[in-house]
Amino acid sequence: MSPLLVVGVSFAYLLLLFAIAYYGDWRAAQGRSIIGSPWVYALSMAVYCTAWTYFGSVGRAATSGVWFLPIYLGPMLAMVLAWMVLRKMIRIAKTYRITSIADFIASRYGKSPTLAGLVTLITVVGIVPYIALQLKAISVGYAVLTAAPGATAVAAPNWWSESTFYIALALAGFTMVFGARHLDSTERHEGMVAAIAFESVVKLLAFLAVGLFVSYGLFDGVGDIFARALAVPELASLLTLGEEGTFAYDQWFSLTLLAMLSVIFLPRQFQVMVVENVEESHLRRAVWVFPLYLLLINLFVLPIALGGLLLFGPGADAETFVLSLPLANGQNLLALAAFIGGLSAATGMVIVEAIAVSTMVCNDLVMPVLLRLRRFGHRASGDLAGLLLHIRRLAILGILLLGYLYFHLAGEAYALVSIGLISFAAVAQFAPAMLGGMYWKGGTRQGALAGLLLGFGMWAYTLMLPSFAKSGWLQADFVTHGPWGLSLLKPEQFLGLTGLDNLTHSLFWSLLLNVGAYVGLSLWRLPTAREASQALLFVDVFDRTAVGRPVFWRGQASVSQLLPLTGRFLGMDRARQLFEDYARQQGLARADALQGDARLVHFVETQLAGAIGSASARVMVASVVEEEPLGLDDVMRILDEASQIRAHSRELEDKSRSLELATAGLRAANEQLKSLDRLKDDFMSSVTHELRTPLTSIRALTELMLDDADMDAAQRRHFLGIVVAETERLSRLVNQVLDMAKIESGHAEWRDTELDLVALVRQSVQTTAELFRENGIRVRVTDPGGALWVCADADRLTQVMLNLLSNAAKFAPAQGGQVDVAVSTEGAGVTVEVRDNGPGVPPEQQALVFERFRQGGDSLHRPQGTGLGLPISRQIVEHFGGRMWLVPEPVQGACFGFHLPIARTDNDRQGDRA
Amino acid sequence: MANSLVSQRLLALFFAGGVLLNFPLLALWNHPVQWFGIPLFPLALFLIWALLIAALAWVMEARRD
Repeated sequence: MSPLLVVGVSFAYLLLLFAIAYYGDWRAAQGRSIIGSPWVYALSMAVYCTAWTYFGSVGRAATSGVWFLPIYLGPMLAMVLAWMVLRKMIRIAKTYRITSIADFIASRYGKSPTLAGLVTLITVVGIVPYIALQLKAISVGYAVLTAAPGATAVAAPNWWSESTFYIALALAGFTMVFGARHLDSTERHEGMVAAIAFESVVKLLAFLAVGLFVSYGLFDGVGDIFARALAVPELASLLTLGEEGTFAYDQWFSLTLLAMLSVIFLPRQFQVMVVENVEESHLRRAVWVFPLYLLLINLFVLPIALGGLLLFGPGADAETFVLSLPLANGQNLLALAAFIGGLSAATGMVIVEAIAVSTMVCNDLVMPVLLRLRRFGHRASGDLAGLLLHIRRLAILGILLLGYLYFHLAGEAYALVSIGLISFAAVAQFAPAMLGGMYWKGGTRQGALAGLLLGFGMWAYTLMLPSFAKSGWLQADFVTHGPWGLSLLKPEQFLGLTGLDNLTHSLFWSLLLNVGAYVGLSLWRLPTAREASQALLFVDVFDRTAVGRPVFWRGQASVSQLLPLTGRFLGMDRARQLFEDYARQQGLARADALQGDARLVHFVETQLAGAIGSASARVMVASVVEEEPLGLDDVMRILDEASQIRAHSRELEDKSRSLELATAGLRAANEQLKSLDRLKDDFMSSVTHELRTPLTSIRALTELMLDDADMDAAQRRHFLGIVVAETERLSRLVNQVLDMAKIESGHAEWRDTELDLVALVRQSVQTTAELFRENGIRVRVTDPGGALWVCADADRLTQVMLNLLSNAAKFAPAQGGQVDVAVSTEGAGVTVEVRDNGPGVPPEQQALVFERFRQGGDSLHRPQGTGLGLPISRQIVEHFGGRMWLVPEPVQGACFGFHLPIARTDNDRQGDRA
Repeated sequence: MANSLVSQRLLALFFAGGVLLNFPLLALWNHPVQWFGIPLFPLALFLIWALLIAALAWVMEARRD
């Protein structure tokens, strides 16, 4: 492929990244973040997959089968615990404005500049070669793509003609623009994260595309590749654990552990997972999406590796299969896409790593030295914000050039090939001090310092130096025979420990000494006041709400000193803005009114910590305020006070909450009373209305008879008949109203006995037989036969039945009227249904028939009745523990039913008697 | 309480994953058998992995109220 094309596409891709990052920053400035989603967060975590993954996994799979997997199974396990561990790290970092691992460790152990510097040094030594590896991947990929068909790839003769150099420069440019554009005390870079997330998508898609092409384009699917591989003994052995007893479980375990620690403690992972985290809750989804991403990107590793070995033979360079397989089959476009995927993996890593490391170098190596310089320290009026940015940009450039230099020097050496795991082992040294610091209050600065020094020293001695020796940069003697011929000190068999592979051996010794020194020295003496106070702030970060967070500081300070200090590092305008906001939070109108108390000092220190690291911030604040040293007793006293304040505020919260609850209860009761009152009014007006109708007709008729003395007897008799009927209706109404009131108020008398419902139904039907006969209605009763015993008041239940039957009689048509009464057992109860073939209840009235004074039919053709029968019946049935209903859509007519729990069946009763 | 239940589930899941992916349970899958044409050993590793992800997703996304 033409070099021009490859270079052109690569730079076009980098330009695209610029555009995305620019857009991300622009949106962030407008307050409409595009990275505020757990999916983007998870994708940004996938910066874990570097070129080492992209090309190296296939290489590893081709030589040792499943051994590429522990590097991804470790993160899987780590992510299971991330909700606890990582969330705590995020909370601590956000609360105290911590922006790097170095700052995290230094801040925890009393804001120690020494510790911060040491961590930074370890990081630089451990990470720069890793950056070199990424550049090498790009360079190799480029060489493979541009090599003439059949020829072997050759590296460019001079550095200035090598595209890798320019890629490194472009990356430095990108990182400087989006990683150090302005000084932000939270150190978040939205545009950069957006670009990284995009790169994660690109590398996944590219790798999957190659995987699909190899599996289904070159072979008949994954199964075909495996089947062919199994036929070749050397390949088949890649797909098993190996012979019994030959599998290195210890190495498997240590690789998993190593990856587990690295996924959290690699500077780039800390950057994207902790510093760039937008919201803690995003972690909830990201913890499973990120492992899923890892699974997907590994899905085709084995098929590609085996496919390549099958097609190219065992001698081929498996690390470039991702490129060479499409190339060899004429798929130039796919090969180019695969290269862009690899470029994504490499550049993503380089960018984030450079930002993270440059922050550390600036805050924890350069700043402390500068601040100590006398001339510098006195430049009180100077604005340092610009200087800080320059230092950071220089650091970025320096790191990338260092990476390029290492790549150029190491070339094909062993030291570069194995650097991935060596880097992992270096950052794993942070684990004891970090995790110990988050969960154990007893860890001290000395312990952490000694642990890191010993761990790092052991790592360098047992892993780094031997790798140099294997590259030929050092005499191999000291590896094979030990330094000065002392075989006990052989770096790969330290103290004569054999049987472990290099990596496990080194990891074991370095972590053992690291943890041992950390714990041992920490237990040597009590923590100092500063260590103890920071330990409390870190370990109990979830317990401390903003109100009750103790501030461990005592002394004299004033706004007129603190404001200019903040201005020097953050810019005067921003500093003034911060102070104004803080004053407003405290309920003060102006920043001048602020008291120079401990809280303000803490606020300033936290703001500065975000920009220059907690250790430097401590030094700067101490330089302008008068501090009184705190003793351990003071720390405990402050803590006590804080917890008392917290207890008080919690009490207050509890009280106001219970007050709110009581208010809500009262309001609800009031509402209920109001609605009952309204119901009562409605009821009263309905009752009076119902009483007035018969009264009016009685009055009218009697007045007629009174006025007309000559009324003939037949007429008078007719009128008197109506008066009597209306009076009867009146008294029935009054009785029912009284009845209803009694039942509702619970004053009704109930004489509950066990009674046979079937007999009661038959009895009721008989009682109303005359009524039905008059109206020419046929009644049919069906029952299961035998008695069904329910526990109820016979009179009341008869009242219910008579009501249902008389209703049916009223509504059944005059000709061909038919009423069905059905008794059936249903579950642990008995159901009675009364069905007529009348007009039925119109749908709009179905919901109302059980309400008082709502009779069926319109007001003109309303039959006789009070409108209280059904409500009373329902009350009665419910009193006996049953329920009553109107069957919503019967085939014809209306069907009312009720259900009562059965007391016992006939058989039980006979059994009792027997 | 609900939060600590999540934590306990996560811890249990972590140990389950650690045991499933290490000595000696790993050897359970070391048989020259194929499933849908894929050798059992790599297949088992990926399946355990996928199951862990599914369980983790369930623990984290289960309704919390």
